[in-house]
Amino acid sequence: MRPISGHTGTGIPLRRSGVDTDQIIPSGFCRSLRKTGYQDALFATWRVDPDFVLNDPERADASVLVTGPDFGTGSSREHAVWALRDWGIGAVIAPSFGDIFWRNALRNGLLAVRVPEQATTALLDLSEAEPWTPITVDLVGQQVRASDVVADFEIDADARQRLLLGRDEIELTLGKDDLIKAYERGRPRWLPRLGQDLVRADSHD
Amino acid sequence: MSRTLAEKVWEAHVVRHGSGAEPDLLYIDLHLLHEVTSPQAFDGLRLAGRQLRRPDLTIATEDHNVPTIDIELPIADPVSRTQVETLRKNCAEFGVRLHPMGDAEQGIVHVVGPQLGLTQPGMTVVCGDSHTSTHGAFGALAFGIGTSEVEHVMATQTLPLRPFKTMSITVDGELKPGVTAKDIILAVIAKIGTGGGQGYVLEYRGRAIEALSMEARMTVCNMSIEAGARAGMIAPDQTTFDYVQGRPHAPTGADWDAAVEYWKTLRTDDDAEFDAEVRLDADELTPFVTWGTNPGQGLPLSASVPDPETIVDENERVAAEKALTYMGLTAGTPLRDIHVDTVFLGSCTNGRIEDLRAAADVLRGHKVADGVRMLVVPGSMRVRAQAESEGLHEVFLAAGAEWRQAGCSMCLGMNPDQLKPGERSASTSNRNFEGRQGKGGRTHLVSPLVAAATAVRGTLSSPADLV
Repeated sequence: MRPISGHTGTGIPLRRSGVDTDQIIPSGFCRSLRKTGYQDALFATWRVDPDFVLNDPERADASVLVTGPDFGTGSSREHAVWALRDWGIGAVIAPSFGDIFWRNALRNGLLAVRVPEQATTALLDLSEAEPWTPITVDLVGQQVRASDVVADFEIDADARQRLLLGRDEIELTLGKDDLIKAYERGRPRWLPRLGQDLVRADSHD
Repeated sequence: MSRTLAEKVWEAHVVRHGSGAEPDLLYIDLHLLHEVTSPQAFDGLRLAGRQLRRPDLTIATEDHNVPTIDIELPIADPVSRTQVETLRKNCAEFGVRLHPMGDAEQGIVHVVGPQLGLTQPGMTVVCGDSHTSTHGAFGALAFGIGTSEVEHVMATQTLPLRPFKTMSITVDGELKPGVTAKDIILAVIAKIGTGGGQGYVLEYRGRAIEALSMEARMTVCNMSIEAGARAGMIAPDQTTFDYVQGRPHAPTGADWDAAVEYWKTLRTDDDAEFDAEVRLDADELTPFVTWGTNPGQGLPLSASVPDPETIVDENERVAAEKALTYMGLTAGTPLRDIHVDTVFLGSCTNGRIEDLRAAADVLRGHKVADGVRMLVVPGSMRVRAQAESEGLHEVFLAAGAEWRQAGCSMCLGMNPDQLKPGERSASTSNRNFEGRQGKGGRTHLVSPLVAAATAVRGTLSSPADLV
């Protein structure tokens, strides 16, 4: 993954709380085998409404989604993150996120940052009034800035470092193979293991 | 030092303790796969030239988009068919055991694991599916992950994680007849909210939880994610051991004795402290149903559709207004007056044999109301076979319900089992999100008992209404 130090773009204000991943991408679109090509699936149902914010021609190039608490709750589908990214969104600002969505986002370089509700609301107001005003998510300084709205954010130190350095998490873990092997040697022998064999036919219920 | 159940299981799986910015590295005992969230992860392995580290700790099943009728025919939808065929190819290439459509052990991934005895106390279990929390009913630490993490587990059998916060959900007292595990968890979610559990593992405890069967405990833990939690857990006890013993992958002989001795230590120490505590009284619970578009928007069946104006929190008020518009409901309407078109009995929440038995007991001697269709979709082929051996399918068919093959089905409408725009369901599944069961569909989450009674009356009902 390429290193990311932040993102700047104009805003997409989505004034809703609890936007679940079924809204971000309905399940029917999750049957693709690929990690890309989901831009048309983003908010597919809501986008039928011509007044939906993504249909605003003034926001065609906007790339910072600002929204209410509990964004990305529900399903673990990473397709939700891929759809946002494929649309061109680089950052999502909300007071809180669904845990799995948040982890998925940062693993794909989508900056999902938790900013207190007061500041999020100020950003929503600002972006609705001035669609042209850029919003910056500064990962180095851990700060969101837009016009006179400035808010610091906390972010997991490990996630931040991986993003800043563009490091491959799997590669890092594979570097600890000796430790994993040592752990495996100590696992209790009763723990289940699968073979290619068929399961016994006599199991009960 | 005193520890909670979750902390004990966590500690037993730490490959390496993190320091500074670095999180703990946690070993994963069981990795469950299905067709929807795995193809990109297998591709990732291939692209990087990596191996699947532990095929012997990995199992796959076809569940999310498989049809529940005509399963002997090729899947009609080419997109779904390709996704299922891709899982078959990937499992063959990487040596993963797969239970495909038509197989006697095929079913919803969270029904199959426990049924095979693969889910055991004290394990770590992950799956690219948020309802992995189901397995916590055994005292396992089980949670949903995204596809990037699926790939990470495939390559390393570990995940870098920071310890979850702990929350106790104590349910004291005794459930009244007609009140079920589903009502407990819907009441919990309504109480703490859909974001209330974020960052937490919930431990359900108290007399009412201890009295639940394993299948009922799975229903409770299954919907932990609907409260935003990472996982839900229940300490293993004799009920757990009795359920696991004798299953195909359960330990035997001396291994069984050693396992049980260890499992008995998996309890929260008396003086351990939780980061948060919630209490509920089972005696006060009644059948619970949802009226809105998130699982926290629920009320006792005896209540009426709420008036958003009376909700103090602004976010919740706006969400309630939007929900009522989507659901086509008017504030003040008694919930019992709401007509449904469809009843769905199934899913990883309520698609097990006890759920089917409970619903059949209500339906016996009754007919599904005119204008209502009822779908009964067993959680697995084994559940289906068991139900047929008990004659339950005859009860469903005699009542006018449809008796289907196993899969996720209308819980998320990835296969042809969907609501049409504007249609309304009473569903034993776990999510009432907009469009979850089909574009424009409206979902009320209910227990199997309420589902069956609703099918008979055509309006949201409990079995008591049938007398």
